[in-house]
Amino acid sequence: MEKLEFQFKAASATPAAGTALCGVVGSGNLEILIRPGEPADTCQVHIRTSARGFGRIWEAVIAEFAARHPVGGTRIDINDMGATPAVVSLRLSQALGDYTGGAQ
Amino acid sequence: MNAPHPSGPGGWDTRRQGRQRRLERAAAIGLGRLVPAARVVDLLEAVIEPGDRVCLEGNNQKQADFLAESLADCSPERLHDLHMVQSVLALPSHVDLFERGLARRLDFSFSGPQGGRLARLVQDRQIEIGAIHTYLELFGRYFMDLTPKVSLIAAQSADAAGNLYTGPNTEDTPAIVEATAFKGGIVIAQVNELKDSLPRVDVPADWVDFVIVAPRPNYIEPLFTRDPAQITEVQVLMAMMAIKGIYAEYEVKRLNHGIGFDTAAIELLLPTYAADLGLKGKICTHWALNPHPTLIPAIEAGCVESVHSFGSEVGMENYIAARSDVFFTGADGSMRSNRAFSQTAGLYACDMFIGSTLQIDLAGNSSTATLGRITGFGGAPNMGSDPHGRRHASAAWLKAGREAGGANAIRGRKLVVQMVETFREHMAPVFVEQLDAWKLKESMGMDLPPIMIYGDDVSHVVTEEGIANLLLCRTAEEREQAIRGVAGFTPVGMARDRRMVENLRDRGIIRRPEDMGIDPRMASRDLLAARSVKDLVRWSGGLYAPPARFRNW
Repeated sequence: MEKLEFQFKAASATPAAGTALCGVVGSGNLEILIRPGEPADTCQVHIRTSARGFGRIWEAVIAEFAARHPVGGTRIDINDMGATPAVVSLRLSQALGDYTGGAQ
Repeated sequence: MNAPHPSGPGGWDTRRQGRQRRLERAAAIGLGRLVPAARVVDLLEAVIEPGDRVCLEGNNQKQADFLAESLADCSPERLHDLHMVQSVLALPSHVDLFERGLARRLDFSFSGPQGGRLARLVQDRQIEIGAIHTYLELFGRYFMDLTPKVSLIAAQSADAAGNLYTGPNTEDTPAIVEATAFKGGIVIAQVNELKDSLPRVDVPADWVDFVIVAPRPNYIEPLFTRDPAQITEVQVLMAMMAIKGIYAEYEVKRLNHGIGFDTAAIELLLPTYAADLGLKGKICTHWALNPHPTLIPAIEAGCVESVHSFGSEVGMENYIAARSDVFFTGADGSMRSNRAFSQTAGLYACDMFIGSTLQIDLAGNSSTATLGRITGFGGAPNMGSDPHGRRHASAAWLKAGREAGGANAIRGRKLVVQMVETFREHMAPVFVEQLDAWKLKESMGMDLPPIMIYGDDVSHVVTEEGIANLLLCRTAEEREQAIRGVAGFTPVGMARDRRMVENLRDRGIIRRPEDMGIDPRMASRDLLAARSVKDLVRWSGGLYAPPARFRNW
């Protein structure tokens, strides 16, 4: 198990739901929880992953996500069981969609 | 000028004489056309001679497994230095031939599960590999310089005269038998049963010398069955991109799908997503394809007009027989497959090949070779190559040709699409600076690296990141950046030139899902026409009978 934490500046998200939960903790998959966070221009990401040594790839995936979507003012918790970046990116956009009610 | 020789050294019919000598040896030990299974080793030792070129039938579906095991049981003192020519090295007995010292040289196409053992034999110098071929190449050489002296084949049933019925898995049998029987060779068939009369004759009796009823039916692998339950949302997303960004835009009607979950996802989106886009009848009407169970919903929805198959698929027999407008079937109702003809269709009559691979380099070369394994190619390189000899036009072929060669292009192009997720399991990147094939070439002493599909034949690369259209690239550098641009977070992808990739995106060479109007969040398994094997059975009206390992109900 490895714990990773990242923070990115991003435009503010407009939540439609208090929290959004997406995905499942299963092999090759992950669970993503998005909820309001502080400050409003920052996205805080906390990752617990079963696969060690991929911190640089996680940082790149989340940075790309934060650059493409307004995710400021959120805290994102991720429980990962070896998901590939393809699955991570898909789950992130699904979770954000639920959190903002489709408005991105 | 010299007068023509009255005959060659030893006469002009040494092969016929050799054949006669072998048949007489078999007769001398009391063996006629029908040989009891218990005497198969006697037969093989009588008709095969040291140094013979022997063809052992077997593909990744049907296997002449009893004859393969029996040949491996022969005495290496009697039979040695054999030159094996065969499509697929799949069974342990195939490799036993070399380990036991019966065979020395091998020309083949594919080795799949025996790839690791084969690599060790090469390194231990217990085997000489002539070449790793594509199927069509190997069949072609059966009629040139690799004509078998003895062929060991498999069929479903024989009658008393020796006519053979292959059942739906005709596969390679006609090509092998023709090359052998008409060049003074000997054909030995294992069959599952003797019948008074056959449903149809696939191989006439006078092309067959010996028939043996095997103690158990020949093995057939259900290789082309993919359980829809295992298709992921990322695969659905990639399938949506392929359909909207390639199939629809090029109006691809005639095609081949490589095997895998990526292409299974496309098949299962044809009656749903593609039909909703108004594409029914406009794409995917004619196929060179094994009877994939995942194509059943598209067939039932009326999206498919014709399917010609390399082989059959376990469990699909009754469904195929009941859909004779779609599949090629005999007067008896059952399928007749033919690998050589279907490969020809895949090479020359298809507008598109789409398939997956394990590694892609910066020039678009792809390979399934990994270190320590020699797996070969099978049929993908025939389908996944642009045949420069093609002359007939189609919308897809012309559009691709003009994208590659400009408005005045004098020929079209086949679409050769590689569809991969950027990472495989265990975070192994698919995109690499150098293919493992190069290291394999060095360690195995090969002439060439085992590349499955040459980069200059590849027209598109599809990943979860988008589609790279290599036809539109004008320089090697653009090609490299187009590939890096869809390589995601692999080291190759992260080393992209961001400015150049954005420029390629502006020119439509790289397209992201959103550029095609695809929202990744819509990529749901709910779009699949069938989400389980049971759904496939239901679509087939109960005609599809999946093998036990695919049934969980």
